[in-house]
Amino acid sequence: MRVALLVTCLNDTLFPDVGRAAVTVLRRLGVDVEFPPGQACCGQPLINTGYLAEAVPVVRGFAAAFHGYDAVVTPSGSCAGCVRHQHAMVARRAGDAELAEAVAATPPMYELSEFLVDVLGVTDVGAAFPHTVTYHPTCHSLRLLGVGDRPRRLLEAVRGLRLRELPAADECCGFGGTFAVKNPDTSVAMGADKARHVRESGAEVLVAGDSSCLMHIGGLLTRQRAGVRVLHLAEVLAATEGAGARAERVS
Amino acid sequence: MTATFVGMPAFPEAARAALGDSQLRHNLAHATATIRARRREVVAEVDEWEELRLAGAAVKDAALLRLDEHLVRLEAELTARGVTVHWARDAAEACAIVAGVAEAHAITEVVKVKSMATQEIGLDEALAARGVTAWETDLAELIVQLGDDLPSHILVPAIHRNRAEIREIFVRAMGDAGRPAPAGLTDEPARLAEAARLHLREKFLRARMAVSGANFAVAESGTLVVVESEGNGRMCLTLPEILVSVVGIEKVVPTFTDLDVLLQLLPRSSTGERMNPYTSTWSGLTPGDGPREAHVVLLDNGRTRALADELGRQALRCIRCSACLNVCPVYERTGGHAYGSVYPGPIGAILNPLLRGVGTDEQVDSLPYASSLCGACFDACPVRIDIPGVLVELRAQVVDARRGTARHAAEAVTMRAAAATLASGRRLGLAQRGAGLLRRVTRRSVFSWLPWPGSRWTGARDLPAPAREPFRAWWRRTGGGRR
Repeated sequence: MRVALLVTCLNDTLFPDVGRAAVTVLRRLGVDVEFPPGQACCGQPLINTGYLAEAVPVVRGFAAAFHGYDAVVTPSGSCAGCVRHQHAMVARRAGDAELAEAVAATPPMYELSEFLVDVLGVTDVGAAFPHTVTYHPTCHSLRLLGVGDRPRRLLEAVRGLRLRELPAADECCGFGGTFAVKNPDTSVAMGADKARHVRESGAEVLVAGDSSCLMHIGGLLTRQRAGVRVLHLAEVLAATEGAGARAERVS
Repeated sequence: MTATFVGMPAFPEAARAALGDSQLRHNLAHATATIRARRREVVAEVDEWEELRLAGAAVKDAALLRLDEHLVRLEAELTARGVTVHWARDAAEACAIVAGVAEAHAITEVVKVKSMATQEIGLDEALAARGVTAWETDLAELIVQLGDDLPSHILVPAIHRNRAEIREIFVRAMGDAGRPAPAGLTDEPARLAEAARLHLREKFLRARMAVSGANFAVAESGTLVVVESEGNGRMCLTLPEILVSVVGIEKVVPTFTDLDVLLQLLPRSSTGERMNPYTSTWSGLTPGDGPREAHVVLLDNGRTRALADELGRQALRCIRCSACLNVCPVYERTGGHAYGSVYPGPIGAILNPLLRGVGTDEQVDSLPYASSLCGACFDACPVRIDIPGVLVELRAQVVDARRGTARHAAEAVTMRAAAATLASGRRLGLAQRGAGLLRRVTRRSVFSWLPWPGSRWTGARDLPAPAREPFRAWWRRTGGGRR
């Protein structure tokens, strides 16, 4: 099986550790994941802001970059959701039959926890992370993809990890893509409540499956000098005894 | 009433003002949490809730598919039962029809059943302009009217008020509108309800004309349905001699059986009740019982425009339950006034642009963006309106309507530049080198301050600087970490 990694433009540019962590976990489980260098972005920032016509070349580039693989895996529920639910819409709205065909030929798209649990059939990925964490189920993972308790099951199997309940866990953090800058006041009001709940959980680390949401919540937590850091699920799963998740990514 | 939504600023600005109101934030958080919990409990009791939602969506879709036929049938059945049927293209026509009925009978005051359609067309204000006073009789609408306020929720229009504020409004304003509040009124819910009952009772007994909306209109039997909790609506529907009902054309269903599914979905989704306390149905006039003259105004006011929108037309399935408002994290924090319409929250964010069209009004155009697209509304909707999907479609319509204009040109240029960069791995790699330069020049790993428009992020949040070595550069340098 030829498996491609969609690292996502955000992880690629701002959080390369998340991409490396995903590679580490997948290799540990025997998946020789490849990085198609033609990949850039799934197009979600454009699509969800209403620039669907502008998104056409982005979707076309995406389809070309991943053509021929058996599966694509990505450490982002949001990007997986965009590929699965919005690429066909972009092609249809543009009336571009060729693009619609290319989109239909895109290999199956999996968010990381789905790939690990459903495709590989693994919940214990051999990780160790002796810290108290809480988990935020990001909206697109939770509602658009329906990943359910897969991330939780993966975390529960991590050695030494103590999982704390996050109050009002299924409520949006307020990131919402360009919503965060188009409606910054509302976005921050939502994020402030999320940050408060994270602190109430008593965890040292907030874990989620989307770097975008973590960037927003983490950005609020560091501004508040909250003393809670954020890590992507992939980074926790990549951690092993004696080689913990990188401590420098502190919030 | 002088309060008006006309001239409201676009959502981000209106929201900023609302977010600063700590009393409002507290009232809303408390009220929405309470009603959410109640809904969750009664929905969980229904094993086949998902099947019921699918059935609800199917019933409404089938009704909308042959809307023209059902409406003609409805008109025929109503007419056969002694009702005068009027057709109104827009708010002005509808208001003129209702005012005309009042004037024909020299009526100067009417009592009103809670109705979104009449709020939508601004009926109370239109009647007042022609010398007819309209009294709201739904408790929450009464609070809004007495407070010279605007509704902020579809089901609970005074949700932004707490008990203490309601008591103040009653004490201050009831006297000018009729029977004053009892002396020594406290803010206990039972005492407040008693004050409203006494105040309204004289209006019910005096009024010669009532105005209602309808939750549903059954074509085959010419039956209108009003669902409520208080019984005040039933007083209006049965006591006065003249009844005028303003009904959005999307309220029609072909058969009485269709109500089976919808009346199961509505109370559980709206008030969190298994069954609503009062369901009034009436099919035209009955000699010796109820009103002696009845009119039905079938209202378009943008509904055919919405119906023409291939994706957006699903919004016409809406049964005005408010479940989407109660679960919306944006609504919970900004409240309803920020949406600048009697239809706030997620459904308002799609319904207003669909009814009124995009590309002409900045406030309307801002509504599809008043959402983080978290999807909680879609999950809660009893008729499965894909609100996030319609929001994205409407955003695209807003962007398309602005193409070639100067409005938001900076955003369009930014987005086109982003598209060019994000369409190819090679170009993204080049952009990353430029971004890496930024990090080296500023020698920062985290930005706490950026000039506008970056300040819209860094005003409250830190932003990590671009990585020293992006993932793709690392992969190329190390052969994917193998070298």
